Amino acid sequence: MDIGIHGVRQTAHNTPQGRLGLSVTEKRSHTQRIETAAEAIFTLCACCMVFAVGSITLYMIANGIPAIYKLGAREILFSSVWKPTAADPSFGILYVILTSVAGTVLAIFLGVPVALLTAVFLTEAAPRPLAAVVRPAIELLAGIPSVVYGLLGMLVLNPLVYRLEQWVFRGSQTHQFTGGANLLSAVLVLAIMILPTVISVSETALRAVPEQLRASSMALGASRIQTIFQIILPAARPGIVTAVVLGVGRAVGEAMAVNLVSGGCVNVPLPFCSVRFLTTAIVSEMGYAEGLHRQALFTIGLVLFGFIMLVNILLHKILREEKG
Amino acid sequence: MNCIKIETTDLNLYYGNYHALKAVTMDIRADAVTALIGPSGCGKSTFLKTINRMNDLIQGVRITGRVCLDGEEIYAPGVDVTTLRRRVGMVFQQPNPFPMSIYDNIAYGPRVHGEKNKNRLDEIVERSLRRAAIWEETKDRLKKPAPGLSGGQQQRLCIARALAVEPEVLLLDEPTSALDPVSSLRIEELLLQLKKSYTIVIVTHNMQQAVRISDDTAFFLAGTVVEWGRTGQFFSRPRDRKTMDYIAGRYG
Ligand SMILES: Nc1ncnc2c1ncn2[C@@H]1O[C@H](COP(=O)(O)OP(=O)(O)O)[C@@H](O)[C@H]1O
Ligand SMILES: [Mg+2]
Repeated sequence: MDIGIHGVRQTAHNTPQGRLGLSVTEKRSHTQRIETAAEAIFTLCACCMVFAVGSITLYMIANGIPAIYKLGAREILFSSVWKPTAADPSFGILYVILTSVAGTVLAIFLGVPVALLTAVFLTEAAPRPLAAVVRPAIELLAGIPSVVYGLLGMLVLNPLVYRLEQWVFRGSQTHQFTGGANLLSAVLVLAIMILPTVISVSETALRAVPEQLRASSMALGASRIQTIFQIILPAARPGIVTAVVLGVGRAVGEAMAVNLVSGGCVNVPLPFCSVRFLTTAIVSEMGYAEGLHRQALFTIGLVLFGFIMLVNILLHKILREEKG
Repeated sequence: MNCIKIETTDLNLYYGNYHALKAVTMDIRADAVTALIGPSGCGKSTFLKTINRMNDLIQGVRITGRVCLDGEEIYAPGVDVTTLRRRVGMVFQQPNPFPMSIYDNIAYGPRVHGEKNKNRLDEIVERSLRRAAIWEETKDRLKKPAPGLSGGQQQRLCIARALAVEPEVLLLDEPTSALDPVSSLRIEELLLQLKKSYTIVIVTHNMQQAVRISDDTAFFLAGTVVEWGRTGQFFSRPRDRKTMDYIAGRYG
């Protein structure tokens, strides 16, 4: 085992501790023990999180499955008749699922463009004093409890939507008037409720776009509008996608506000129909449900849980693709 | 003898109350490389940006004096900044391709100026990449994302992107200071090629680089131009004491 040009191996110091009197194999120092302890605590906390997610998943599955097992997946997921308390009960939740999907999609289509333009306005165009008013207002909007949105929806939105309904269906013999408590109202409330999340997340994404990209675009003679729509927004895409997905999550899971403004009948999700969402079905019926009915409500919870999981997996996938 | 392309007369620039350029009077010759040197914070970038009016983007900037491009005052009312920036292109210190394909990066400028014809765009893209000496490396991956290129390639891509709108002047703000020595030399070679048909103004921290590539050199100090002239004379027989000190390495 020769090292060095002369083939002679030399050790500079004969003591194992070297010149400073420190051995690399010496007992771990005090700081190192603190490091180890801290690491253990972090690991423990992380494990708690995993445990929480795992047990929630298990619990939801364990309670959501029995109704499916008893009634059959077809009967519960793909049938549209929901009569849980009838003499001959029926537990089809198809309309409820469709309502949640339609309500969320429409709220996103309505809310996201408004939110994006607001974020663009805040980052690119707003004079400082105006931005200083708008930004706290948006943060406040995020902090308002959802039930308050519901109350305001009842007071303000429902009458307006009712007027629209009366105008659209004037002279109609067949339309069941909802008094404004319908899918349209719910969509409008949801669209407003997702605004703060989508605005602030996409604003952060827009701000993170390097100043030099903007400068390079302008230096080529592009206008500000061209720069915003062709450079800044595409560059902020991953963040904007995240914002939209978070908005979807918020809209799918919203119960209180929607419960107050959407009427509550199980119905085809059409704008002027009184409708029931996955969330509002659980909230409004759990109080008196028992037996199979109760189990069916847990199945609804499981479906909702599945949607949220799907949204999150989608988010992960998109973000990973953007990176790679 | 090249004629004068850009002429600044008694140019002053203020960032709010801060007087960043003080009575700068200087000529920049056409089809030559002019190097701007000086310690950090002396106003080189600020001066460079007055030439394509990029300072317009910063709030609270006030400018007095004149900047003329081919004898036309560029701060006069009624000047179209878009056209000005088209004629005076700019490359920044950090290579910063847009997050899109190589092709779209080059085509971006022509497109915002209204070019839609696919064949014309193909032509422009190839010509610009060739001029920036990066065609061979990119011709097989035009549709690939530009951020996947190496730093030196990205910087040449940015030069190609600036060339795509057919500018007459190219402003470069320390274009090689984020690059390794080999990539830097390639950019220098490229600039020597380009000066045959473009007026080039380059800010550089590196005096050897100024000597290697520039025809004229201007020395900035605390917002003023201490001295400017032919590069050979500038470095061999500086007229000003402060220039001498700077060349000798007595300033930061
Ligand atoms: N946007 C700005 N706002 C205020 N001051 C600025 C701004 N940009 C540059 N300055 C100041 O102007 C001076 C010149 O800056 P700059 O032109 O970037 O110097 P250089 O490029 O020579 O290093 C510096 O003191 C700098 O702090
Ligand atoms: Mg600078």
